[in-house]
Amino acid sequence: MSAAEVTAMPEGRGGRMTRAQIVNAALALGLIGFGLGAWAMDETFLVTLATKVAILAIAGAGLNLVLGFGGLVSFGHAAYFGLGGYASGILAHHALNYTAMFEWPFVFEGTTSMPVIWLTAMAVGALAALVIGALSLRTTGVYFIMITLAFGQMIFYFAISWPAYGGEDGLPIYVRNGFPGLNTLDPVQFFGLVCVVLFAMLGLISMLARSRFGLALQAARQNRQRLMAVGIRPGGVLLVAFVISGAITALAGALYADLNRFVSPSMLSWHLSGELLVFLILGGTGRLFAPLAGAGLYIALEHLLGGVSDHWQFFFGLLLLGVVLFARGGVIGFLAGGKRHG
Amino acid sequence: MSTILLIEQLLNGLQSGLMLFLMAAGLTLVFGVMGLINLAHGSLYMVGAFACAGVAAATGSFWLGLAASIAAAAAAGAIVEVAVIRRLYARDHLDQVLATFALILIFSEGTRWLYGSFPLYLNVPPSLSGSVTLPGGIQYSLFRLAIIGAGLAVAVGLFLLIGKTRIGVQVRAGEADREMIAALGVDIRRLYTLVFALGAALAGMAGALVGTIQSVQVGMGEPVLILAFVVIVIGGIGSIKGALVGALLVGLTDTMGRVLLPSIFGLFMETSAATSVGAALASMAIYILMALVLIVKPGGLFGARA
Amino acid sequence: MTGIKTGIHRETRMTRFLTTTALALSMMGTAAMAEPVKVGMITTLSGGGASLGIDTRDGFMLAVEKAGNPDLEVHIEDDQRKPEVAVQLSDEMIQSEDVDVLTGIVWSNLAMAVVPGAVRQGKFYLSTNAAPSQLAGKGCHENYFSVSYQNDNLHEAAGQYATDEGFGRMFIMAPNYPAGQDSLSGFKRFYEGEVANEVYTQLGQTDYAAEIAQIRDSGADALFFFLPGGMGISFMKQWAEAGIDMPVVGPAFSFSQDILPAIGEAAVGVKNTAQWSKDIDNEANAAFVAAFEEKYDRLPSLYAAQGYDTARLLLSAMEKADVSDADAFREALRAAEFDSVRGDFAFGPNQHPVQDIYVREVISEEGQLTNKIVATAMEDRGDAYAEECSM
Repeated sequence: MSAAEVTAMPEGRGGRMTRAQIVNAALALGLIGFGLGAWAMDETFLVTLATKVAILAIAGAGLNLVLGFGGLVSFGHAAYFGLGGYASGILAHHALNYTAMFEWPFVFEGTTSMPVIWLTAMAVGALAALVIGALSLRTTGVYFIMITLAFGQMIFYFAISWPAYGGEDGLPIYVRNGFPGLNTLDPVQFFGLVCVVLFAMLGLISMLARSRFGLALQAARQNRQRLMAVGIRPGGVLLVAFVISGAITALAGALYADLNRFVSPSMLSWHLSGELLVFLILGGTGRLFAPLAGAGLYIALEHLLGGVSDHWQFFFGLLLLGVVLFARGGVIGFLAGGKRHG
Repeated sequence: MSTILLIEQLLNGLQSGLMLFLMAAGLTLVFGVMGLINLAHGSLYMVGAFACAGVAAATGSFWLGLAASIAAAAAAGAIVEVAVIRRLYARDHLDQVLATFALILIFSEGTRWLYGSFPLYLNVPPSLSGSVTLPGGIQYSLFRLAIIGAGLAVAVGLFLLIGKTRIGVQVRAGEADREMIAALGVDIRRLYTLVFALGAALAGMAGALVGTIQSVQVGMGEPVLILAFVVIVIGGIGSIKGALVGALLVGLTDTMGRVLLPSIFGLFMETSAATSVGAALASMAIYILMALVLIVKPGGLFGARA
Repeated sequence: MTGIKTGIHRETRMTRFLTTTALALSMMGTAAMAEPVKVGMITTLSGGGASLGIDTRDGFMLAVEKAGNPDLEVHIEDDQRKPEVAVQLSDEMIQSEDVDVLTGIVWSNLAMAVVPGAVRQGKFYLSTNAAPSQLAGKGCHENYFSVSYQNDNLHEAAGQYATDEGFGRMFIMAPNYPAGQDSLSGFKRFYEGEVANEVYTQLGQTDYAAEIAQIRDSGADALFFFLPGGMGISFMKQWAEAGIDMPVVGPAFSFSQDILPAIGEAAVGVKNTAQWSKDIDNEANAAFVAAFEEKYDRLPSLYAAQGYDTARLLLSAMEKADVSDADAFREALRAAEFDSVRGDFAFGPNQHPVQDIYVREVISEEGQLTNKIVATAMEDRGDAYAEECSM
């Protein structure tokens, strides 16, 4: 959400919706409608595809918090995505093999319960983001892009060569983890669960963006000096945002591992970091619903172009180039109009 | 480990560093002058290698292939600059990352379309094949010595170009103040196209030289691109000297890490586990080095600006 | 003129092949069922490593087209060598295209992502290449068949060959990932000499100067290495430049027909182990090699041969049983009654091949690099994990 949207919000709430809000509502309804429609027509695979879009949108939303609002271009968010995935995979692995993860200083058992896994994944993601963020935020600009990439690569190579949890072969989760009261093996129930998480996260980010913290975060992007003049340390604000962002992306990773029933180092690769950035720019950087629009468009294109030509990446590259060069607001900018400030 | 072997491994580290420098020089030049992050630098490297393999196969001459690699990469660079890159100078880094990410997809898939998926043949020319005996009895590949020579020559050439020539003066002035040199009547657009083509030519040459002893295939540019970024970030983006020092540091850290870490772990672990853990740590070594440098000096060793 | 002559020659061989197939078809025709079989092929057709997937597909489709069985439907998709894409494709094939059989995956990590889920959903999986140890031992499954080998086999054969040759000290090297670790342990399982040094390289590494210096310094009798794809091309070129006079042994992956041209003369003389070679002397193989060259204008690789055999196994089962009767179809697959291009072929108790594994030497033949069998390393080799499989 841009600064413009934030200021426009109160008017919109009183009477008519703003154009951006209409687009956002359409996107949300579109996702749910697509998923339910596919389910009604018994197209199970399309439900799976919609679930994938929703999960990638959660990951993108995590990145959007630091990139769209805080202006930090992290080229290493695959690290948190992958760590979340591994948290899920490793916990399930131990639960299914009836072995404890570690017994000292206290016994830590594996689990197949999604709420526990989610909390663990978010804690792991937040912790990693705290360490990486504290070190990386000493740099700015290109150096920040590159140091986040370096940390991502470090974790990637570690995961490939560490044999305990499958190394490059990855770790299969034979049965999808469970959620109290739901049958997660049923694609449409899992889809519903993921949608709830997605909209909860988007709601959280929207709330954060409008809070004092969010305003400080956007100020940190636009003018660090001014922020310091009013007595706020931009570094602290950015670090908090980075940690929250890591936690949200890790949550998405845990869901993604459950969707695929599999986790592997490819979730940690720099290509995935790049794809998360692509979602945001396709959707429109800084817009609340950009990750959903971008991930939806990306997956749809991959699916449709992939069916047309083996060389679909060539055409996808051309399209992406076109969007970056000529359609800077992305999908939402195109539909909703209005320029992003800063 | 014997002293001779240790010296040979240090030489290997230097050699791999200079190989990286060939790639990093163009990248840092383009960033220093235009402030552009070019992820597609690896694609230009691939273009060079494919051009060299193609021409060498058609004519039977490696040297014609090498010339073709420089020409083809420079031409590709110039075209890309005029068509795409020119629009990105004023944009933020995010747009640059994404547009050049898109270029990678286009180049990789386009090359595969033209050449197919099978790796191409490109081998060392007869005049540089085989190995020579260095003082101390080290047997060393002649072609690797040639790469060392090429790396040093490029380093000297760039220092002279930037330090002594008219173009160098303009480039330095452009780094300092873009508006000013435009006001002084220098055609900044042409200068930028020229610098970008030069950076591309360096990448193309690196692709041809390195491709000769590695494999020429689609996607060959990506791993080396990441390494080249590590190099220029350690050295300080935009600095040729930084790229040289960074490349040597990365080359030495990587080589010595691969050689020494497994034996160090072997002192207190069982052999198979030690080699595996040692190799795992060695593969992370350069990224740890980069993180350490940036934590101590957030602008890199010789960085002028971020 | 020579071109025309070869053409005619090929055509006669082709005709003979076609007649044989037609005869076989008509003989079994009485038992043939009308129920169509849908096959989903997931393989790598873009990006690095695409050459392996392309050869797998081309070999498989060659057999399908030659058979001309209208009841066989094949859907082919590109996994981009990414496990998550492979999972998505298998979901699509199972959930929306309702395939009966999956096949085609080249890489072990992708197989681990797809196979356990697919076989649990009642689909058959026929492996054209990847056969990780997890799926051969405790994780074996009645619906999973490996037509290629078990991953360790070629490395074991290299170990056996090194023992037979009397190499007293070996330098052994592989990338640091599960397949690399399996490779070295597979080699050591049958190697009785001393390991001079054991080195793990980085996955995707392209420069081997440091390792080559270590090898030279080790004073080993011979080198064993496993470096698939581009890594092997880089290593062999650099090895040749270093001018070290030491015998080299490896599994076929670095010397298969898809990458030999890229390595060039540097590969000549290298011994490599494989369960197939284009000069194995049997009718099925001769017909396959000729038809493949005819259709695609290049020599077939190991992957093409594996794809071809997989399709022929499937076709043989289709002749005997209806896919909707899973138990009967499984029995028909297990019987493996087809003429393998490898000659004798049978499945062991864990549904992995029991077969001969050969030692091949890279030679230059009519200006083309290819492989020639020089010895048999192991006869009727099964695998090390079969006894862990409780099936």
